[in-house]
Amino acid sequence: MPSLYLAPEVRRLALASQGWRGLVAVLALALGVALGYGVHRVHSAAVAETEGAARRLAGQADLVVRAVDGGMDEALYPRLATRPEVAAASPALELEAKVPAKADDRRRERLRILGLDIFRASELQPILAALPEPTDVLRPDRLFLNPAAMAWLGVRPGDRVTVQAGVREVALQVAGTVDLPGRPLAVMDIAGAQAAFGSLGRLSRIDLRLREGVGQDQAARDLASLLPVGARIELPTARARQAAEFTRAYRVNLDMLALVALFTGGLLVFSSQALAVVRRRRQLALLRTLGLTRRELVVLLLGEAAVLGVVGGILGVVLGQGLANLLLATTGADLGGAYFRGLNAHAALHLPAAAAFLGLGTLAAVLGSLAPVLEVAKASPARALRAGDEEELFARHRSPWPGLALVALGGAAAALPAVARLPFFGYAAIVLFLLAAITLLPWVAARLLDLADRLPLNGFAPAHLALAQLRAAAGQVSLALAPLVASVAVAAAMAIMVGSFRHSLEDWLDRLLSADIYLRTGTIGDSAFLPADAQARLAALAGVARIEFRRSLNLSLDPERPPVALLARRVDPRAAERTLPLVGDGRQPDPGRIPVWISEAMQDTYGWQPGQVVELPLGNRPLPVQVAGVWRDYVRSGGSIVINRDDYAAASGDAAANEAAVWVGPGAAESRVAGEMTGLFPAGLVVAEFPGDLKRLSLAIFDRTFAATYALEAAAVAVGLAGLSASFAALVLARRREFGVLRHIGMDRRQVAAMLACQGGLLAGVALAVGLVLGGVLSLVLVHVVNRQSFHWSMDILVPWGPLALFAGSVAGLAVLTAAVSGRLAMRREAALAVREDW
Amino acid sequence: MGRLLAAVLLALLSCLAGAVDYPPVAAGRPLAFPRDFGSHPDFRNEWWYVTGWAKDREGRDYGFQVTFFRHRPGVAEDNASAFAPRQLLFAHVALTDAAGGRLHHDQRAARAGFGLAEAKVGDTGAWIGDWRLERQGETYRARIAARDFALELDFSPTQGPMLQGEGGYSRKGPLPRQASYYYSLPHLAVSGAVAVDGQRRPVSGTAWLDHEWSSEGLAPGAVGWDWVGINLKNGGALMAFRLRDRSGATLWTAGSWRDPHGEVRVFAPGEVAFTPRRRWRSTASGAEYPVAMAVRVPGLALDLEPLVDDQEVDGRRSTRAIYWEGAVRAFRDGQEAGVGYLELTGYWQPLKL
Repeated sequence: MPSLYLAPEVRRLALASQGWRGLVAVLALALGVALGYGVHRVHSAAVAETEGAARRLAGQADLVVRAVDGGMDEALYPRLATRPEVAAASPALELEAKVPAKADDRRRERLRILGLDIFRASELQPILAALPEPTDVLRPDRLFLNPAAMAWLGVRPGDRVTVQAGVREVALQVAGTVDLPGRPLAVMDIAGAQAAFGSLGRLSRIDLRLREGVGQDQAARDLASLLPVGARIELPTARARQAAEFTRAYRVNLDMLALVALFTGGLLVFSSQALAVVRRRRQLALLRTLGLTRRELVVLLLGEAAVLGVVGGILGVVLGQGLANLLLATTGADLGGAYFRGLNAHAALHLPAAAAFLGLGTLAAVLGSLAPVLEVAKASPARALRAGDEEELFARHRSPWPGLALVALGGAAAALPAVARLPFFGYAAIVLFLLAAITLLPWVAARLLDLADRLPLNGFAPAHLALAQLRAAAGQVSLALAPLVASVAVAAAMAIMVGSFRHSLEDWLDRLLSADIYLRTGTIGDSAFLPADAQARLAALAGVARIEFRRSLNLSLDPERPPVALLARRVDPRAAERTLPLVGDGRQPDPGRIPVWISEAMQDTYGWQPGQVVELPLGNRPLPVQVAGVWRDYVRSGGSIVINRDDYAAASGDAAANEAAVWVGPGAAESRVAGEMTGLFPAGLVVAEFPGDLKRLSLAIFDRTFAATYALEAAAVAVGLAGLSASFAALVLARRREFGVLRHIGMDRRQVAAMLACQGGLLAGVALAVGLVLGGVLSLVLVHVVNRQSFHWSMDILVPWGPLALFAGSVAGLAVLTAAVSGRLAMRREAALAVREDW
Repeated sequence: MGRLLAAVLLALLSCLAGAVDYPPVAAGRPLAFPRDFGSHPDFRNEWWYVTGWAKDREGRDYGFQVTFFRHRPGVAEDNASAFAPRQLLFAHVALTDAAGGRLHHDQRAARAGFGLAEAKVGDTGAWIGDWRLERQGETYRARIAARDFALELDFSPTQGPMLQGEGGYSRKGPLPRQASYYYSLPHLAVSGAVAVDGQRRPVSGTAWLDHEWSSEGLAPGAVGWDWVGINLKNGGALMAFRLRDRSGATLWTAGSWRDPHGEVRVFAPGEVAFTPRRRWRSTASGAEYPVAMAVRVPGLALDLEPLVDDQEVDGRRSTRAIYWEGAVRAFRDGQEAGVGYLELTGYWQPLKL
């Protein structure tokens, strides 16, 4: 006898029975796959572009000696160039030039300028050997732009580009193009760059090619011993890897969100399959009695799930590719995260990645249906053929212990530290808590419905009936609710996390923005700064009560990690909490020690602790400093160190500043003082900002960054509700004959509808109760584990009660509506017919 | 190569100049040694240029050429950076292996500074990294580790400097300012070794050094030139060159001949004649060169025959030109009368100066 399950009728029967619940599951899976694949594509396009550019630029260099704080003594160059293991040495001065004409650019892009000795550079970099006449290459005021820079600046050879050096404008002439990919970049002569940007005697980099037969590692070790503290030796690929490292936490978090979406999709499959097998119990049992073996039945049902997964996966890949292209076209490759400024990446369909995410989608679907399928396969066909035993299936899920065990596991996972600097256990905890909630759901639902039974319903029959029906079918109810609980929980958790973050950020901004005016000329590492004479002129202006100059620069403490920001500003060591948002108590530095205040990221990634004495590579000697406190920094997740500007200037000899905080005297108008200050310099070189504007801008950026999360939350809830409505419709259909009976014993249509609405409300209440509690727990994991381990900043929990109440109300309302509508649809058929059915 | 590089760079870099006043080359400034063995950084261009023949113990012939070229581009002279390109140095080396039948060559370029590349004032000394040509005592030492060969050669003068033109004032065109300071050291005794194909071979032979500096470009209208320097067996030495115009006609000639007794005859323009005897076409570039040339000056007629035909140099990467420069034998009345170097430029494409 041929295997029955192969018969097309059987397969059609099986799939058709999934109905539009299947469709919702497919959509949820597609959403997860689309999100995962799309984000993956955008990001890998950006990383590939960055890495490719770094590699092209590195040319044939074997090793790179790099200045730790952006500048090292050029005397190192001849010392390295004459080493026996070195075949060629190419010195470079790298800087980020501010282009005043582009001051309003949305992406706040800088022009990266490479000052090179063309003769040396072309020994390592064949692209540079192709530069035209030595004529222009040697002139101190000539620039060669890569295509990205040409496009960005909208210039052609022969045009002039004005960049800012200090608070002066430097006009450079575009002499030609240089064929280097990646973000806007210009090449000019090193002597011209050193002189124009006030970096005489300084180099940022020396690229080395080793003689044949010299080992890279050995040479790196030998040469490292020659280097002053301000310089370090790296492999040429270190920077590219660093770029990938920089975005790792960000990227993994988005991937994890995608996996959560897939998880929800899997849950929907689980719920729909579970309800389907319950509903089709007798049908399946019949198939068994007709000769279908247990194995064949399992394969049939898992096959159904796999089909859902594949369909969802394919749809997801198509959507994801569209999403990737859309994101690249609108927000650029940085996904709003500003990690990849100015990149012109594009994402083509990537088959291995597409296959992987399709596989994940399918896996989620199959795993989701595994439990109910195995369950139904175990049941004896004879018992299943009897009507009315559906609820028996769920009897053994009434025990809370497996769920509580999962809760314990989740708690344990949340307590574990990061793995490879990523919060894998944090995500594990989230999944465990979600699973725990699903497992506990029947038990909790039963308890909650028992509680509801004690409510004074004043004999309102539809409500009593609704409750009785639900209590009798708590197992099935839980299944219907699982996706909604998960999506409510995820949405609530995100809402609490984002709300807490926003609130903490606002507090933080209020604390930091205490001056009346902020003058800014450059950001970290670029060509614009306020020299000493400009500082004196600013301080001498009438109406200035107090002015405090600040200097920020990048310190590269570890070649594998993004540079750390060193912020030189004024901090009173006895009252640091007045100027810095300290976490915990500050600590007085030991007498004679230079205090620094580190961000939480320094604590997490470099393991520095208050009281510890560490060395900063400033100037040519290591500077011992003592950690006097830890502060919260929401801007630089790579880490930052605050030092008193006097201490910094004494150690480095650098008296320049990037920013100034200004307090105006009594009676002086802020706007007038700001105008006079910026008026001291050519237009656009120095910008004045007011704390209110800065705060608004920061919050706007924050909201834009999290706009994607809001969209995700909405999608999650929509999917959850769709799942609920599908399940509800199924429940109603399954119980048509009960309604028929109810109609026959005298209930009218409206009463039945009211009963259904009550059921919807009750279900929503259960889902919201469980989902919100679970969401609260998940938000704690997100704030204290995931965020802390990914971005290394803490925040104060703030539950946004208002928005959450609104959210809960809308979900409840939608659930009632859904219930009423699906009930009405289900009851279109005549009561008489409904009763006759199955009799 | 030295001359070609000089000319091409001059053309390329001349537009850089303007603000800079280069000292003019004028008659009546007597050369003084050892001062004038050294660099003259104020002048726009300068080169030290050694060509010669060497033989290893197995009797294999080699032609070699070592040039250090200094250029003052006249840009960024007021730039305070230690990298300011006030002086540029170029080096070109070539080795013709007669047995191998081919020419090896290599080049370097650098801005002077940091002790990594310099041209010394006061006595001959020029280097780029570990390539160097230096006068130590009376002896010139060349140490060159090129990509696929190496030269480790010492040159000992056997005669005094041969001042070209009027006591070292050598005219390069009809105008008085079209001139250079120029002296030669013929009949340098060569000792040392060449390393080629991974084998170091002790050699000995005879070489010729030219040292020339100037601030002027080439005469307008010139598209190429022929130059020759021959160490005659009898101890005499001949230097001759001509500039050619677009039609191949001679624009300017000059030359001098020092006889074995030290008597120098300087030839007036028009007294030097170059006549092609045999042409060779390069399969690589398609250019045709008069690799065998007849050189006539009053009192001396030499027929030149190349060591190997293919001594074409593809210098497109540095000078943007392909030209021929090679070791030649000189025959007088059918008898080998000496050896030297011949340079033929402007045959591939007119030099775009």
